[in-house]
Formats: sequence, C-alpha cells, structure tokens
Amino acid sequence: QNQNQNPRKLETSPCFLFTVNSVAKMDFQVVILAGGFSSTLFPLVSKEVPKALLPVANRPVLSYVLDLLESNNLKDLIVVVEGEDAALKVGGWISSACVDRLHVEVAAVAENVGTAGALRAIAHHLTAKDILIVSGDIVSDIPPGAVAATHRRHDAAVTAMLCAQPVSGPSESGGSGGKDKTKKPACEDIIGLDSWKQFLLYIAKGTEIKKDTRVKKSILCAAGKMELRSDLVDSHIYAFKRSVLQKVLDQKPAFRSLKQDVLPYLVRTQLRSDVFSDQSNVEENGNGNGKNNMQNNEVVLSQILSNASSPSFHQVYESGLDSRKTHKCCVYIADESKYFVRLNSIQAFMDVNRDVIGDANHLSGYSFSAHHNIVHPSAELGSKTTVGPHCMLGEGSQVGDKCSVKRSVIGRHCRIGSNVKIVNSVVMDHATIGDGCSIQGSVICSNAQLQERVTLRDCQVEAGYIVCVGGEHKGETFARK
Amino acid sequence: MDTRRGALAVPKVRRVGFFTSAIEPTQDSSQRPNRSQSGPVEATTSSSPLSDSPSGNLISPVLIPPSRHHSDNLTSRAVAAAAAPVPVPGPAAFRRYLAHDRGLNVGSYNPPDSLLGTSPPSSNGEFSEDSVSLFGFQRSDSAKLSASFPNGGFDLTLAVRAPQEPEPKIATVSASEVTKKIAEVSGKSESVTTKPQKEKEPKSLKDKTTKAERRAIQEAQRAAKAAAKGEGNRRADESGKANPGKAAKKPQPKKERLPATSSVSVKTAVAVEKEKRMDVPQTQMQYDDKSRVEKAKKRAVVEQTESKNKVELFLHLPQYERGNQLPDLSSNIFILDTIHHAVYKVGLQHLAGDISGDNARCIAMLQAFQEAIKDYTTPPMKDLTMDLTTKINGYVSFLIECRPLSMSMGNAIRFLKNQIRKLPVNLSEPEAKASLCSDIGRFIDEKIILADKVIVQHAVTKIRDGEVLLTYGFSCVVEMILLYAHEIGKKFRVVIVDSRPNLEGQKLLRRLVTRGLDCTYTHINAISYIMREATRVFLGASSIFSNGTLYSKVGTACVAMVANAFSVPVIVCCEAYKFHERVLLDSICTNELGDPDAVASIPSFSTKAKHLKTMDNNKNLQFLNLMYDSTPSEYISMIVSDYGMIPPTSIPVIVREYRREHLLL
Repeated sequence: QNQNQNPRKLETSPCFLFTVNSVAKMDFQVVILAGGFSSTLFPLVSKEVPKALLPVANRPVLSYVLDLLESNNLKDLIVVVEGEDAALKVGGWISSACVDRLHVEVAAVAENVGTAGALRAIAHHLTAKDILIVSGDIVSDIPPGAVAATHRRHDAAVTAMLCAQPVSGPSESGGSGGKDKTKKPACEDIIGLDSWKQFLLYIAKGTEIKKDTRVKKSILCAAGKMELRSDLVDSHIYAFKRSVLQKVLDQKPAFRSLKQDVLPYLVRTQLRSDVFSDQSNVEENGNGNGKNNMQNNEVVLSQILSNASSPSFHQVYESGLDSRKTHKCCVYIADESKYFVRLNSIQAFMDVNRDVIGDANHLSGYSFSAHHNIVHPSAELGSKTTVGPHCMLGEGSQVGDKCSVKRSVIGRHCRIGSNVKIVNSVVMDHATIGDGCSIQGSVICSNAQLQERVTLRDCQVEAGYIVCVGGEHKGETFARK
Repeated sequence: MDTRRGALAVPKVRRVGFFTSAIEPTQDSSQRPNRSQSGPVEATTSSSPLSDSPSGNLISPVLIPPSRHHSDNLTSRAVAAAAAPVPVPGPAAFRRYLAHDRGLNVGSYNPPDSLLGTSPPSSNGEFSEDSVSLFGFQRSDSAKLSASFPNGGFDLTLAVRAPQEPEPKIATVSASEVTKKIAEVSGKSESVTTKPQKEKEPKSLKDKTTKAERRAIQEAQRAAKAAAKGEGNRRADESGKANPGKAAKKPQPKKERLPATSSVSVKTAVAVEKEKRMDVPQTQMQYDDKSRVEKAKKRAVVEQTESKNKVELFLHLPQYERGNQLPDLSSNIFILDTIHHAVYKVGLQHLAGDISGDNARCIAMLQAFQEAIKDYTTPPMKDLTMDLTTKINGYVSFLIECRPLSMSMGNAIRFLKNQIRKLPVNLSEPEAKASLCSDIGRFIDEKIILADKVIVQHAVTKIRDGEVLLTYGFSCVVEMILLYAHEIGKKFRVVIVDSRPNLEGQKLLRRLVTRGLDCTYTHINAISYIMREATRVFLGASSIFSNGTLYSKVGTACVAMVANAFSVPVIVCCEAYKFHERVLLDSICTNELGDPDAVASIPSFSTKAKHLKTMDNNKNLQFLNLMYDSTPSEYISMIVSDYGMIPPTSIPVIVREYRREHLLL
C-alpha cells in the first residue's frame, strides 16, 4: 500500500524488473532492508544522509552490501527503504553508482513499519521459492551464498546467519571515556543450538532477558541437548522460505521486526507449525510425487535432530503424512576469520571506519599506499604534516601545517587548519576544522565547522553544526535542537 | 566413421558374453587353456585389415563365456582344468563349486584363481568393441594383468590368502612370456607395418609396474561402460553438438590410424601411444593420470584440493580434502548459475552426507532432474533433445564432483538420457517435458518403490519363525523386509552388525526397536562370534555386477565370508535397476574413498584429537576410508530382486534379457 517506485527508476518499467527477479538465481530473491533515518545513529544520520548512505571510508555503507552481493553474482536486488525522502536519496545514489551493473529495485515503505512491516509491504513482489533478506547496514565479507546453501540443503523454513561477536570498542590507543555511552550489552543475543550446530532451538535478545527465560520443553526433548551461546550474534542475514514468511506476516499483523518477532516465533513453533504445514505440503507435493516430504514429518525431524543423518524416505512414504507438522530453523555459523560488523550504533560506526581502512582493508576496495594509508592525489598536505597508517584522506582535502592524522578517515574537500591533531576520528565531506584543534574518537559530520582551538573527545558533531572557539568537550553530542 | 559405428553397435547385443553354444567349442577347445593369449593372436589377424568388417572377426573372442557363469557347462570346466600354462584355475573352479554347493569352508576361496579364470575373456570382450588397432597391446596388456594379479597387491582385499601362492607365480611367467612370443611371432608373420607396434607394446608395458596393470583393468571396465553408452554417444556424435568432448575425440584416432598403417617408422608408435590416450572413452577418470586430472580441474565446478597423504593403491580414485568442499560449494551457490537449484540442493546433500543410501540418493537425483526438466525451456535455435542432454550432462558432472555416483545412479541417468533421445521429434516442448517427467516418476515408482515391495514379498517367504536374521549396516529394503515380516506376525530376532565410522546400523536399530522388534546390536569386530547365532543373513546392495559380484558398503564381504564359513545362507536384496553389465573382479578398480578423517576421529576421544592433528601431515601415516567392497558370487546364496529369487549366476541373464525392456520401460 505504501509501495512507491522511485521516480528515478521509472525509466525501466517495474514490471520488467520483476520479471528479471522472477527468474532469480537458484530461486532466491534478494531483499536488502536499508532502513531509513535511524534514531540510534542520531547525530550522524540526518535528512540529507539516510542510514544507508552513511559513509564508511568515504563510501556509503550500502555499497558494501551491494558489492558483497555482486561478488556473489547476485545482481537482481530489491532495496527497501523507509520513507519517501530516504528512498529518493538512496535510489538516486544507486542509479548513479551502479545502474549499469545491477538491477536494483528501490521500494519505499512508510516510516517506522519495522522490518516485518517493510516486507509485508513488498510481499506481493516476492515470487521466488526462497527469500534472502540482508540488512543494508552490514559491512562483511561473509558470502551470503553460504546461508542460502545451508537453507537449501536442509529445506528449512528459515536460516539465520550467526557470526562471532565482533570486537568492538575503541582501539587500544583511543580514549575510553565515551564507552559507557556507546557500550554494547555484554551479550547481544542468546542463541540455543543443537549439538551439531545446525539447528536453531532458541533465540532471544540478550537485553530482553532479565533473570530467567523460557525454553520450549518439547524442543528440548526432541533435540536432546541444547547449547546456549552468547558469543554469537545474529547477523541479520536470513533466508526465508517465501511461503512461510508470507504466511507469518499475514497471520500476525502485530509483528514488526523480523529479528524480534518473526524469527523467535518461528523458532518457538518449529515443532508444531500447524500454521505452515498445509502450504509447504502443497508445495512439496506439487514438485514431486510426495514421497520426499520428509521434512514435514515430526518423527523424521526428531530423528534428524538426534541423529543428524539422512531420514529414510521410505519410512516417511509409508507412514504417510503425520498429523503434527514441523519446520526447520537452521543456522549457518560464519567462519571466525570472516569480518562482520553491523552499523547499528555510533560505536559500530567508529569501529567499521577503523577496520575498513585498517584490519579489514580488503573490503574497502581501495589500494593502499606503502604507508598503509590512502591519500588522494588531489589532497594537499601542509609542511610537517604527518598522515599515519590506517588513515584515509579524501579527494580535494586540504590539511595545514604541522598536523597529525592517525587512524582517521577524512572525507572529500575538507579544510583542516594548522596544528590540528586528529586521532581515531571520522571527518566527513566538506567539514572545516580550524587551527589548533584536537579531535579524538569523534565524528564530524559533513559541512560541520570547528573553530579554532576546539578540543573534542568522543563527541559527535551533527552536519552543518558550528562548534565555537576554544571549547573543550568530552563525550558530547552537538546537534541543533 | 561408419564402420566404427558398426563396431560400436554390435557390442550391445553381445555384451554379456553369454552366448555359449555354437562358436564356443571350436574356438574354445584350442585356445581356451591360455585364454589370455588367445587375445593377441586374434587381435593381430584382425588388426591388419583395419575395421573393414571388425564385427565378423572380433566376435569370436567375445563369445567365450566366462566360466564361472556356467556351473553346468562341463566343457568349459573341463577345459579349464586341463589348462596347462595356467594351472590353478581348474582345480580352483572345482573347489569353488564344491564350496558353493555344500557351503564348505573358507579356505577354499582363492580369488586369484577365479581371476585368472575369468578376467581375460571379459576384458577382451569389452575391448573388441572399442577399436580395432588397439588390440595388439590391449591384449597383451590384459594378459599381463591377469597373470600378475596373484603377486600384485591383491592380498589387501582378501580375507583369505591363497594357499598355493607359488603356483600362480609360475603361471605368471609362462603366460606373459608366451604372450610376448606370440605377439612377436605374429608381428613378424604379418606385414611390416604392425611389427614395431607389436613389439613395442609389451615391452613398454613391462617397464611399468602395478600401476599400468591396474589401469589396464580399468580400461577394460571403462570400455564396458562406454560400450553400454555407445549408442548414446553415437547419437551425440552424429550431431556433433550435444557432446562436444566425445564428438571431438572420436574422429581423431581414425585420422591417425590411417597414416599409422601406411608408414613404418617411429610414427606408428607415437600414434599408438596417442591412440591409447585418445581412444579410450572417458567414463571413469583415472586420478593418477596427471594431465587429465589437470584438465578436469579446469572444468571443475567444485573447488577440490587434493589430499596430501594419498594411499598409493588407490591413486586412481579421486582423493580430495573434504574440509573445504562444502563451504566452498555453498558460498558459490549463486555463482554457479548453470546448475538448476534442485540439482544443486541434491549435490549439497550428497556432499554433506545428508542423503546416504543408494535408493535415496538415486531418488533425490531423479526428482531433482524432474524439477530441472520442468523448469527447462529450450533456448531459441536449439534442439530440445540435444540441449537437454547437454544440460543433464552438466548436472551429472556436477553431481559427480560432489560425490562419485553409484552404479544405480548411473543406470538411472542412462535411462533418462535414453528417454530424452527417444522423444518423438514432433512432440511440442511442454509435451516432451511432461512425458520425461512422467517417465522419471514411473522409473522411481516401478524400478524402486514397486521393486522394493516385490522384493519384500519374496524375501518374507524366506523368514521362518524362530530364526535369527543378521543384517549389516543399513539397507532400506532389508528394513522393509524385517518390518513387514514383523507385521505379518513372524517371530524372529534381528542381529544388526554395524561398523564405524558411519554407524548406519544405528538408524535401523532405532526404528526396528521402536516398532517392537527383538534386536541385537554389535559391531563387525564381533562378527565371528555373533554369526554362530544367525540362521540367515540379509544384505543390501549398492550394485550387482554381471559376474555375480556384489558391490556394497564396505564390510559386506567380510560378513558374507564369515556367513559362508558358518554355512549360513546369505540372501542379498537388490532391485534390478542396480544390476550392472560390467564385470567386477576386485574392489580396487572401482571404489569410492570417503573422508579419511572420519576414520581417524573418534568422538569420544576428544583429548586425542589434538594428537591426531599433529599426525595430519605425517608422511608415514595415511588414512584410508574405503566406502565399498566387492563380495564374490560364491558367498551369495541367493539374490532377491524384483524378478524373483535368483542365483548370482543369473544376473547376466537378467541384465541381457530385461535390458531392452528396461530401457523402453
């Protein structure tokens, strides 16, 4: 109902785009949930910069997702953006950046409908057998094909990708003063796995669990053993069986979030999924002669859970359809060597920027100089100015004399005066920094202005904000009220 | 080209090598004793006229029946007994029958003997279908092979060692020498052109060690398979489109053969060498052939890293590191977009071991093909038959990369390709697709599901009250039999013998116990003890070859042998679609290697895991995880198939007689 095509994309008719999608690769359709103007990233995102376009090492964060998908040969994508304005901006950027390489459909949905709501809004466009849902704020090199393959192999209703908790917090040299503000909860997700780490038995957000939690007895009995992990996080890359997803969205209009509502619901009901059984059965029967619909049989599922080996199709064939239906919730646990960060907090934003030009620099797509930094040839450096390793200096930026830049990203066309120290910070495009400033662990958004001798530590400066002369600030957020 | 086609077409009729009566006595009486030598003589005569009328000349060696199929064929037995240069087969043959009839002792089993008795005719027979000028060295090749088996590395698979070890050795020498002489003599007696070739071959082969011999057997089997597929290839060749690899390969040897006969010098040798490489049809990759492996790697869809510590005897089988395959394949899911997703899924499941068991794998594959055919649309300007065949070929090679196909899957694929080929030209695309899908469905229904039901009906009659039935591993047919027998109220006990690392028997055990059957579960280590209790042994099969050899999960041979020693009848349950017209002599040539780590790792020994990790790169340590073994037919009392209860000697008859019907279906 809120579905609107981006005007910029109208030159190719949406019907055509969706026919492209309907012959999706391996029968997977890819949906990128790019969000809108996130409130958790408040001073960084603004009307001009939706979350998806937040620059990470001077590239919009969405481009990392698109690159990841493109490298996996996924070129027919649906990008769902909350809010018309944001959709316009994102669509504009996509059409300018990669219209020649990708078939991207940008869909705008109403604001604050949540991820589930967004999918509900575009549900009628989903045609493939399985849907791969990728959050638009991911910087990662985990191939999404892996989760898709796991999903396919187990014929699961939903497969979630889990990965090791990313190392967060400011780097060793950075200040730790702002940590209490941006600190993450000790464990983000509580995840219950079966003993072969194939199936998801329980999932809850760590913050929601106060003292005790409830685990389904039937699932525990069937699985025999459950391993509760708090060192894994849900990566917000899911593969859903389309029929299941649509049914849940239809039946539970109150569900707003995939992660908080839909996924736990599916996990909870995996042993008595009367909701989905009919449809999935029909599908199974449709594509064969019904001999192979072992997946829906509870007997077999318990067998799989306890045995992790192939179910006997013959037995299922003979025993026929069982009265109790089940569905599988699988997990794919990414390799620990892979990089993964979700850009969902200011701290994460700092981390991502640091890593992309530092440890995980293969993601950035830039080529690094011998000093492990990137200084655009058009950038001007004053005398006695040093740009350390793991730094990035954008196109056309000017840095005055006797400056020192360490582990920081500086955007395009910034003007930085003399005697400026920038450590562990992100300075976005067109920012102006006066002489004698010292910036540590801070984010200066685009067009912001720092007058002379300002000292910032763990601060965020909103776009276009002007910080007055000589201020000394620690852990503050500068924004126009 | 045309004559070659003619030559290829003939084998289809005489593949089984079971046409005794008319020709056998005349040809046989003179040449039978050292059959391995009969090859070269015939070959040399037939090789000079070169493909003028190959079938007429070649039929004779082919028609010599393998002696073991004719337990009643007195002539062959008598002749075998009288065999001078190869003394062992005769007595052994007698003993074998004795053992078979009376259920006698184990000691009488002497595999090398039986090999000597049967191998040359089979391999020769297959080769005759292949190409004419090849014969010279192929024959001597096979002679060498058969002769050298007893002292080769054959003991590995045998539970019992041959008591008359030295004898076969003597036989070896004499046989191979005679072969060489004959080859030389015939070379001289003939035109000059063939001479260098004739002399060269035995020598060059002699230099090589067991590897060459092994390859020779495999080539024989390969040829057999190729002959079976001959018609398909021929068809493909005609268009030259559908199967570019093979189509390109066929004409070349032809070209080379013409100059080879006219010119004298070294050229011939080179050409022959080349021919040897080119002319052998590719059905089974030899993984010790470096150049070919390299080529295959370039084509490969799944990235495969070869394992470091290979077991030398099995170098010809694919040995890859298992660890990376699954993650690699899964992360590439979207990149390999030529593979249909259903096929991809099956491939993943094969690779991950989610589906095991031949029937299950075969059905999963067929259903995936069904789905792929449903989603198939013929590209413009292309023929459905041709294009779909290429597609299916691509899928098949993908599946092979995931896990080597079982024999039954090969049969099913052959069936499918036949169906595609037979599609009437005037059929519209949707009709053709529908007919193919229903054909596949019918294959699953009739050849697997219905066959199982028939087998259950037959086998249940063999279960009497109070019996103790022993089964090994997990076979779905055996499970159905046991459950059905329990259902109809028979009182019996089941002994389930299992083996590491797969422990498939546990699945069976769990289901049987939940159904209320009385079960005993033990590992194969205790087989000699537990066999005392058993009154009957029921075994599943992966395939049964036309010499009656049972090809099944590793350990089956051991169970069958022990059962034989304890005079317990061994009943093999096998659907007829798993029968294969090839002849299998040992479990070395054809086998599959599982994950070696599975053997090494013991779950309860988690502390030792570290220790094993350090052993990983030890050059002195190699892990071998064989998946299959072959059970000689003399240990099998009866085969229950959907054509009824038959002795193992009847397999070739079924293969021959029902082949046509099987293909038509």
